[in-house]
Amino acid sequence: MKVAYWPGCVSRGFTPELHGSMSKVAPLLDIELIELDRAACCGAGVIAEHNQELADTLNARTFALAQRTDGELMMNICSTCQGAQSECQERLDANSDYREQINTNLGNEGLRYEKGITNKNFLWLLVEEIGLDALRERVTRPLTDLRVGPFYGCYIVRPVDRLGIDEQHPRDRYLHMLIEALGGTVVDYAGVYKCCGFPIITMNKEASLAQAGRHIGDALDAEADCLVVPCPLCHLNLDLQQPAAASVVGHELGLPVLHLPQLVGLALGLSPKELGMGKHIVRPTSVIDWSTSVVASAA
Amino acid sequence: MAQTHRSVAPLLDIELIELDRAACCGAGVIAEHNSVLDAILKVKADTDGSIGVRCSCQQGICGSCGVRMNGKPGLACNTHLDEAARRGAGTGWNPPDEGQQQETVVTVEPMGNMPVIRDLIVDMDAVHWRKIHRVTPWLINKEPIPEREYIVPHDNMVDVTQTMACIQCGACVSDCLSMEVDPEFIGPAALSKAYRFVGDPRDAEHHERLKDLSEDEHGIYDCTHCFNCIDACPKGVDPMSQIMRLRRVAGSDFDIEDRNNGHRHERAFVKNIRKNGLLHEADLLPDSYGGKLDPHALPELLGSLPTIATALARRKITPKTALLHTHKAPKEVKALFDEVDGRETRNELNLYVTGYEDDPVHPPHTDEPTPLEPPGPTEAKDDRSEQTVGAADREPPAETSAPTVGAEDVPRAGAEDQEPPTSEEQE
Repeated sequence: MKVAYWPGCVSRGFTPELHGSMSKVAPLLDIELIELDRAACCGAGVIAEHNQELADTLNARTFALAQRTDGELMMNICSTCQGAQSECQERLDANSDYREQINTNLGNEGLRYEKGITNKNFLWLLVEEIGLDALRERVTRPLTDLRVGPFYGCYIVRPVDRLGIDEQHPRDRYLHMLIEALGGTVVDYAGVYKCCGFPIITMNKEASLAQAGRHIGDALDAEADCLVVPCPLCHLNLDLQQPAAASVVGHELGLPVLHLPQLVGLALGLSPKELGMGKHIVRPTSVIDWSTSVVASAA
Repeated sequence: MAQTHRSVAPLLDIELIELDRAACCGAGVIAEHNSVLDAILKVKADTDGSIGVRCSCQQGICGSCGVRMNGKPGLACNTHLDEAARRGAGTGWNPPDEGQQQETVVTVEPMGNMPVIRDLIVDMDAVHWRKIHRVTPWLINKEPIPEREYIVPHDNMVDVTQTMACIQCGACVSDCLSMEVDPEFIGPAALSKAYRFVGDPRDAEHHERLKDLSEDEHGIYDCTHCFNCIDACPKGVDPMSQIMRLRRVAGSDFDIEDRNNGHRHERAFVKNIRKNGLLHEADLLPDSYGGKLDPHALPELLGSLPTIATALARRKITPKTALLHTHKAPKEVKALFDEVDGRETRNELNLYVTGYEDDPVHPPHTDEPTPLEPPGPTEAKDDRSEQTVGAADREPPAETSAPTVGAEDVPRAGAEDQEPPTSEEQE
């Protein structure tokens, strides 16, 4: 399938392995990515905190650019983008006067947003468009014995109503379902739906890293081999900042954190190197023996 | 036996008009449509009278019966058992695993982030009310006090309506993830209450209130945007959105510099995107601390050196990606920043106030949307016209660039469960 692809900022900045692994995984799933390279940052809630209309205008512009492509829908690989864009879309779709004002802002560029774009995170697309059965059929290296802790973060599971989470779309279970479909074992731990702390890293570093450190510690206590995250900002706090988080919580950590496309890529047969895992601060290869099958180390 | 009442009534001159279409009262049988509170009280009555639970109105108004039901906070009295049962340990709906029965167990626990006094009763005084008191939860009158009543423009009161819907149940406090690691965080309920006065034109201390809440390291910039409070609130207050509005007014209208880098971070972020289109992280960090050469930035940058060094060693970042601005914002993006951010009044849409167009029960618009009237002669008495800061988003719109949306006083879906005006609303 063809999708208008919004990679976001951080996947091309401080977590280049996310964008890189997505572009490796897409062809294996017959996803054609039409990259929205002229679109701007979603604002991550910060621009909305500064000026709501500005954030709504920037995201309406991204939606309008996506609607100009022949993609079936728009896909993102960042929960924060999903959450921030869903919030803007909710306002744009709820009120035609407001939408008209925002479209007036876009008029100079000849762009226009039409109500009702479908914008899905890669996780949602995997489950709802590709389907877990179809995915299972493509698994060449099942994640046998790999104990994976899902870390949903915030923006992709709350608020429940805005994100369309209901009995027909249990999107707050998709990571669980996906890990199982790839042959891995789900590890439930206290931090599954909690906040990584990243948004306050420059305001209250200790509270921010205490959150990251606590969740990693809880996952280690539950004997997880790794975490999987659908959000690069969570990855920054959980992986890049993991050594700092360890000193805040006062005990050793050392838990690899995989981006969602990396986990999928492993099961589809790609090598850790192709998936950019060498770029992680806590190297997944230190824990995962991937040479024959993905088996967690006995350690 | 069943006929006895019909035989006796005429003897007493009582005329019976039988309610033959009404349903069974339940007779103490608990079913899925009963509330969680019904079930708790039933267990207390039949099984264990010692169970400690706090409740009063049973109508979702008094805010006494906040508890966690299957891991999610809310009011026990307005949550049906079947709804509570479907909530698993996650955040929303958890269907049964394939081939398994729908989960029918409802686990009720006391709220979090507050000490438990007994069973389901938590110490609201120790946490919730202490924090409410922290934000000076009363109006500080502007002087001179008018001889008669204050006249407040309609949309000013509409603007704070959402915060007034709070019933102080503590559900948002229970699951605040910032408070979980920083118990001193003022928190969602109290900060929503703070906006109730920051948004009120009769209050004299907007700047002082915002300065205080910005400077406090456990204040408005300690919220992580986790959205838990939005899902927790049984009244649609959206506490996190109120915190964001406090930040918006503190930063954009009052330009309050705080020692927590809150406003600096926001400014740095906006500047960064205007320039680069995409976030250039290597600039954001120092700029959030005031800029690479700012004395505040130096210790932070030095502290981050080990992290940066590892990231460079792993080729997660390269000197090129860190130093060069490889991505430039298209000129159209810059123009949007200049146009929208350069307006004199900010345009905001609050769906709590306007509702959703597709809502068939409460359509927010007629075919002819009614633009908000400019201030009339009485409203002009309000001295807010002198107050150029702090009210930008709350000023009645000018006729030309009138943002008509956000100004209509139309209840959203679900507003029928709004309680009658509280004494506070009648101030």
